[in-house]
Amino acid sequence: MNAYAPQALADPVGLEPPRPTRGRGSSLWGWRLRDQLILLAAWGAGIGLCLIAGAIVLYMGIRGFQYLRPDLLITRPQAGVDQNGAGGFLDPLVGTAVLTLIGISIALPLGVCAAAWIVEYGQGGRARQSLARLVESSIEIVAGTPDIVIAIFGLAVFQLGVLGPLSSRSESGVVTGHSFIAAGATMSLIALPPLFAATREGLQAVPAQVREAAFALGKTRIATIRRVLIPSVRSNIATGATLGISRIVGDTAIVIVVLAEGAPRNEAVGSTPVLGFLRGTGSSLTSFVYGNSPAGEGNSPTKAYAAAFVLLLFILALNGIVGLIARAHARSSGFDVGEARL
Amino acid sequence: MNNDVLTEELPADPWLAAPPPVPPASRVPAGSAASTPPPAPVPPVRTIVLDRAPVPVAPPHQREAVRTQLAAAGPERLTLRNVSIHYGADRGSAGSPNGRRAVNDVSLSIHQGEVLALIGPSGCGKTSLLRTLTRLTELTPSAARGGEILLDGQDVHALQDTRLRSRVAMVFQQPNPFPMSIFDNVAFALREQSRKRPRRREIEPQVVDALRRAGLYEEVREDLDRPALRLSGGQQQRLCIARAIATGPEVLLMDEPCSALDPISTAAIERLIGELRRELAVVIVTHNLAQARRVADKVAFMYLGDLVEYGTAEQVFEAPRAERTREYVRGAFG
Amino acid sequence: MDPAQITRPTQAPLASLPAQTPPSRPPARGRAGGAALLARLRRPWGDRRAELALGAVSLLICLAVGAMVALVALRAWPTFTHNGLAWLGSGGDVDRQIEGMVATSNHPPASAYHVRAWPLLYGTLLSTGLALAVALPFSLLSSIFIVEFAPKLVRKVISPVVRLLASVPSVIYGLIGILVLVPFVGNHLVTIPEKRSLIGTVELTGASVGVAALILAVMITPIMVALISDALAAVPNAWREGALALGVHKLRATLAVSLRAIRPAIVAATALACARALGEAVMISMVSGSISFAPSLGHGPLTFLAEPVRTFASSIVDNHEGFGGAPALDSTLYAFALLLLFSAIVLSIGAYLIKLPLRRYQAAR
Repeated sequence: MNAYAPQALADPVGLEPPRPTRGRGSSLWGWRLRDQLILLAAWGAGIGLCLIAGAIVLYMGIRGFQYLRPDLLITRPQAGVDQNGAGGFLDPLVGTAVLTLIGISIALPLGVCAAAWIVEYGQGGRARQSLARLVESSIEIVAGTPDIVIAIFGLAVFQLGVLGPLSSRSESGVVTGHSFIAAGATMSLIALPPLFAATREGLQAVPAQVREAAFALGKTRIATIRRVLIPSVRSNIATGATLGISRIVGDTAIVIVVLAEGAPRNEAVGSTPVLGFLRGTGSSLTSFVYGNSPAGEGNSPTKAYAAAFVLLLFILALNGIVGLIARAHARSSGFDVGEARL
Repeated sequence: MNNDVLTEELPADPWLAAPPPVPPASRVPAGSAASTPPPAPVPPVRTIVLDRAPVPVAPPHQREAVRTQLAAAGPERLTLRNVSIHYGADRGSAGSPNGRRAVNDVSLSIHQGEVLALIGPSGCGKTSLLRTLTRLTELTPSAARGGEILLDGQDVHALQDTRLRSRVAMVFQQPNPFPMSIFDNVAFALREQSRKRPRRREIEPQVVDALRRAGLYEEVREDLDRPALRLSGGQQQRLCIARAIATGPEVLLMDEPCSALDPISTAAIERLIGELRRELAVVIVTHNLAQARRVADKVAFMYLGDLVEYGTAEQVFEAPRAERTREYVRGAFG
Repeated sequence: MDPAQITRPTQAPLASLPAQTPPSRPPARGRAGGAALLARLRRPWGDRRAELALGAVSLLICLAVGAMVALVALRAWPTFTHNGLAWLGSGGDVDRQIEGMVATSNHPPASAYHVRAWPLLYGTLLSTGLALAVALPFSLLSSIFIVEFAPKLVRKVISPVVRLLASVPSVIYGLIGILVLVPFVGNHLVTIPEKRSLIGTVELTGASVGVAALILAVMITPIMVALISDALAAVPNAWREGALALGVHKLRATLAVSLRAIRPAIVAATALACARALGEAVMISMVSGSISFAPSLGHGPLTFLAEPVRTFASSIVDNHEGFGGAPALDSTLYAFALLLLFSAIVLSIGAYLIKLPLRRYQAAR
């Protein structure tokens, strides 16, 4: 045994730890004038940011509690555009849910498959690398494209005669392009970038040994992806999906342009139960808020406030979910969702 | 004791300093002697031949005289009285269970014109002690310091931190040049310490002088606007030294400045320390004993937070008073 | 080496064994083609096929994006050919020109395409520019505050709130704007003489470029703060300590070293925020008055901010109901969309290119 191993020495137990004292800091008066001003401005900006954030949240909270009544959530809006009378926003709630469901169920497989392909196959060979770069920059373009542009692109696509069965036709036989299917499919484009980014980051963070271990057990590459890699990045996929959902829930332009022209009620097309509904037009919470603000024709600000409050609660909940996933996952790995969030 | 054996033909490396036949009784305390295996044979002596000569820093006529120049230590610059450092202490409350005392009751004095080497195994509080000299431990919220540190007789707590740090400069273990050009790096303190930002023309002589004193000027003179991060590791560290001495500090603290460097760069920096010693007090933390032996005038040996031994380099290496120092210097542990 | 090729032999050798390939191969292939295909599909997927399937999905995304760019460009083409470079010029009332298109027939004459979009471009640039001018310094300063000076408790509260604000839907900002800010500006900030001075030109209701830019700034600030403060917090401690150890105070160290080190992140955040501001449609349409008026500084700075404006994105929202009816209108709106798409692409490429030389000083890390 080494005589000088640490345990052989008396630990200085019982010694008072010194009181933490701080020496003099640098005197503000010795700073340059510019620095003094910047310090002042930084404090001002920081406090201002807190105040603005607090004001927005507080204001929406107050208005929400003021105008939100439970019956608004379970009654259908009035027929017609004007919402001044009775009626709630059941239809917009359903609309938001349906749009989210369609959008995310298209975006999820697309985003995950593309991310898996990029990370697992996109490195070998020049052709693959250039395709990988192409895919990444395509998704980057989508991420940067304003939603209004995506909206009118979706409209243009679903107004093509071939896709007529997915929406309805006007009396003159022109395909309107307005339907839940069309809007949901268009929504999948805005949900794609965060999903893709989160999944790709997760896959890239999986250490190479995990793959090598799976290969060493005789698994093929695709089996490794399906049985090992995708399960191990589940929380990343969940994060990406949640971010995508909050994009869909919060988007207005696509709903206004592709789903409906302002009527707050969901109108089915034909009598087929589910398909008729999906081919029909409708509204979402965002378009309801827009339509009932002074900018729209609904003309019922109190309902707009109430719907906006519900919308804000959804976003708050989705944000909370992202935070929870991140916190749960941070314990097992150092993944940070900060970048993918925006 | 074997001190006598070690007098004249001192090899450079303390590993080699330990003579092969050590009587077991002197290595380990009585009682465990029976179980001690015979000492391992000393590794064969190898001469390390550098493939090119280290860059000369001093003018040629002074080159050989680095160590012998010191006539007498200058005035006392830094005085440490009963300095303790404690981590993890709850603010204000005494005795946190998770707390750890990193430095325990250290008293030292640091003189101008001499190099003090803090040696000791890893984790024994050398770096904490060094950082607290320029109050960098205050950046760690959980750290608390007790005792007294005087700079030229004045308590460092009474000095503004910026004033203190411009008088006591620090070089870190990992070279940390800022992400800007070489010139801007050296000019950094000159520019940012002053109340009014000076023009480039005004500070250029000082920058060049600092680079020259750090022995880097000849290598970078063509393009001072090159990004500093493109330099090699050794050059980066010398740049950091140049940056630290550009404003003319009184004390230079160096935290294992060569641990990330190759032997050639290390040699260059050691020569540099020998040069700088003439104008400032240098404190260098190292756990490379050979390096301490090469550059230091005074050596302080720390072990688990305690200052075990403090004396001139010759005394600590050749006639250590404490048993623990002797063992460490000989390479028995650490 | 191609990793797919390493694993492929697990299946290939079986098929290529001579004993298993009988001489009568061609007829067997022809007869049982369908059944064999079905059987092959049922088997666990081989690597090759899995890769092809995943690759096809990736390619699909590329194609969709390519289709988007192509379709928008194609639809926008007629209005550009009819107007030429004058498309971006000024002349006439662009609102009336667009409204006129709604009534045009399915086979519009060339004159139906007449549009001079300068006021919209001006409005887009003006609102984005004003918003960025407010948001950039504000977010830099508040990021510095959050990372370097804020008490621990404040920091813990503020970062989730900033993230929340970054994901609040634009329609909520628009609602607050149109119900709170617009009436406030219209009733309290705009004076009667100011309103009177512009009688006959435009009505100052409070829906204005100033409100639009302010809310835009509030919308993009959280994005920038989130990105910049993340980057600021990630500055290596060695640089921070190195600067402090040189006797430089904390703010100076932050300004001179940390801010300098995160310039790429600042550029990226600004580009992202700029793209958001350019493309914001619904909120602007709600609070900007939706009149293609070109605010003029000649009316005095306060009046200038109180004058209405219209952007490319908001005019698409305002006119979307006419879609599919009149080709001239369609083409014009697609031209607006094309410009937005183009600027988004240019911004992301531009940010990338600006970041390259900035990275120069950080090469070794």
